Amino acid sequence: MKLIPPALAILAIVSASAAAFATDDRGRSPGQVLSDNNCTWCHGPSLQGYTTAPRLAGQRAEYVVNQILNFKAHSRDNPLSKQVMWGAANTVTPEAAHEISDYFSGLHAEPANDGNRSTVETGAALYREGSAGSNIPSCAICHGPDGQGVGAIPRLGGLSYRYLKRKLEQWNEGYHAAALAPMPAVSSSLSATEIDAISSYLSFVH
Amino acid sequence: MKPVRMQLAASALVFAMAFPALGRAGDLDSPSTGRGALNAKVEYCTYCHGPSGRGYRGFYTMPRLAGQTPEYLENQLRAFAELRRDRSIPVRMSRVHALKPSMRAALAAHFNGLNPPVVGRGSSEHAGTGRKIYEEGVPETNVPACVACHGPTGMGAGPSPRLAGQLSAYTQKQLLGWSRDRGQDPATVDSSAVMKSIAGSMSKTQVQAVSAYLNSLK
Ligand code: HEC
Ligand code: HEC
Ligand code: HEC
Ligand code: HEC
Repeated sequence: MKLIPPALAILAIVSASAAAFATDDRGRSPGQVLSDNNCTWCHGPSLQGYTTAPRLAGQRAEYVVNQILNFKAHSRDNPLSKQVMWGAANTVTPEAAHEISDYFSGLHAEPANDGNRSTVETGAALYREGSAGSNIPSCAICHGPDGQGVGAIPRLGGLSYRYLKRKLEQWNEGYHAAALAPMPAVSSSLSATEIDAISSYLSFVH
Repeated sequence: MKPVRMQLAASALVFAMAFPALGRAGDLDSPSTGRGALNAKVEYCTYCHGPSGRGYRGFYTMPRLAGQTPEYLENQLRAFAELRRDRSIPVRMSRVHALKPSMRAALAAHFNGLNPPVVGRGSSEHAGTGRKIYEEGVPETNVPACVACHGPTGMGAGPSPRLAGQLSAYTQKQLLGWSRDRGQDPATVDSSAVMKSIAGSMSKTQVQAVSAYLNSLK
C-alpha cells in the first residue's frame, strides 16, 4: 500500500481551500470545485476510490455529511481516518459538507470488483437474509436489496472489498464506536469468515 | 466476550457448511430460553426494530413493537413462521423471524412492556380527517369505525393490535397491501381475515389520513 504523506496532503488542501467558494469560469458547482481541488487526489479522479480511500461517487449525501462531521469531531478514529481524513475534513465547513455531498451523490458509481469470487454466494445469502440462528440481521433490510442505501444509511454495493473488510474489522477492534446504531453492534455479530464473504460479495454489486 | 462469540459463530458456520440443506445452525446457539439467549435475541430484534423496539426507517420500514399486545405479537411471529406472512417485502420474513417457538412468549412480553418515544412527526394536516375515520369509519363505503376493535386511544386489545404511535409509512404499507401480504395460506383462515375487506375498502387518501392520526397517538 502506498501511503501519501499526511503533511503533503494537508498542504494540498490548505492551498486549495481558498478557492473553494470562488465563482468558477468552467461552470463547476462549488461542491465540484472543492472536490476537484482536494478530494480527488486520494479518492481518485472520478471519485471511484483509490487504494485505501473508498469510493465516494454515488454515496448517499446524508451519510457523507455525517462522516465529514465525524472526522471533524474526531469520533471516527480508526488509524487512516486519523492520519488523513481528520486533516482533509478540517477544511470543509458544515455548509461545504452539504454541497460536496450532494455533488458526490449525483456521480455514477462503478463497482470495485476486487473480492474473492469463491465466497460470493455465501456473502450474498448472508447479506440478503442474515442468519437469525446466529443473531445476524439481514443487511438488505436497511442497506437495500442492491446495496443502494437510503438517507443516512450508506450505499454498500460496489465499495471495495478491502475497504469494507477493514471497516467491519475495525468496528470490532473498537474504533469509531460512536457510529450510528445499529452498526458497531451488527459488526460484532459477524465472524471473520462472514465479514470476508459479505465484503467480497458487495464488491461485485452494481 | 467477543472471542467466545466468534468461536460460537465459527462452529455454527462449520455446521452450516456441513449441512447446507438445514440452512444456518438456527438452534445451536444455546439453551433456548435462558436469560442470556433472550437478551441476545432482544438485541437481534432491536438491530432492526430500533432501540427499545420503537420502530426504524431503513430501506424497508420496521414497525414499532413497543407496547404492542402480546397476543398480537405472538400471532404475527407464528404467521411468519408458518409462511402466512412471508413475502410482504423482498426479504423472507420467515427467515428473519426464525425463532424457537418457546422464545415467542418471552419476546412478546418483553416488547409489550416497553414504552419509548414515538418515531415520526406526530400529527399532520391530515390527522383531523384521520381521527374522524378512526372514530366513525366511512359509512358510505362500509368502512367500520376502527375504534370498535382497536380501542379509543388505539392501544389495541388481545388479537387487535395497538396502532398508536406506529410509523406512518408502515401502517400505510399494511393497509394498502393487505390482501397481497397477509393471510397467505389459502387453506387457513387466520386472524388477518377480519381486516381484509376493511383495508380493501379504504382509498389511498383515507389510508394516509388515518396513518398520520395513528402516528400522533401516544
Ligand atoms: C490524503 C488522502 C485523502 C484526501 C486528500 C481525502 N481523503 Fe477522504 N479518505 C481517505 C482515506 C484513506 C479514507 C478511509 C478512512 C478509513 O479507512 O476509515 C477516507 C474516507 C473518507 C470518507 C468516508 C467514506 C465512507 O464510505 O465512510 C469520506 C466521506 C471522505 N473520505 C471524504 C473526503 C472529502 C470530502 C475529501 C476532500 C475534502 C477527502 N475525503 C480527501 C483519504 C483521503
Ligand atoms: C437497522 C439498519 C441496519 C442494518 C440491519 C445494517 N446496517 Fe450497516 N449501516 C447502517 C447505518 C445507519 C450505517 C451508518 C453508520 C454511521 O453513519 O456511522 C451503516 C453503515 C455500514 C457500513 C459502513 C459503510 C462505509 O461506507 O463505511 C458498513 C460496511 C455496513 N453498514 C455493513 C452492514 C452489514 C454487513 C450488515 C449486515 C450484516 C448491515 N450493515 C446491517 C444501518 C444498518
Ligand atoms: C433484519 C431486520 C429484522 C429483524 C432482525 C427482526 N425484524 Fe421483525 N420485522 C422486520 C420487518 C421489515 C417487518 C415488517 C414486515 C412487513 O412490512 O410486513 C417486521 C415485522 C415484525 C412483526 C410484525 C409487527 C406488526 O405490527 O405486524 C413482529 C411481531 C416482529 N417483526 C417481531 C420481531 C422480533 C420479536 C424480532 C427478533 C426475534 C424481529 N422482529 C427481528 C424486520 C426485522
Ligand atoms: C372487527 C375488528 C376490527 C376493526 C373494526 C378494525 N380492525 Fe384493524 N385489525 C383487527 C385485527 C384482529 C387485526 C390483526 C390482524 C392479524 O392478526 O393479522 C387488525 C390489524 C390492523 C392493522 C395491522 C397492524 C400492524 O401492526 O400490522 C392495521 C394497520 C389496522 N388493523 C387498521 C385498522 C383501521 C385503520 C381500521 C378502521 C378503518 C380497523 N383496523 C378496523 C381488527 C379490526
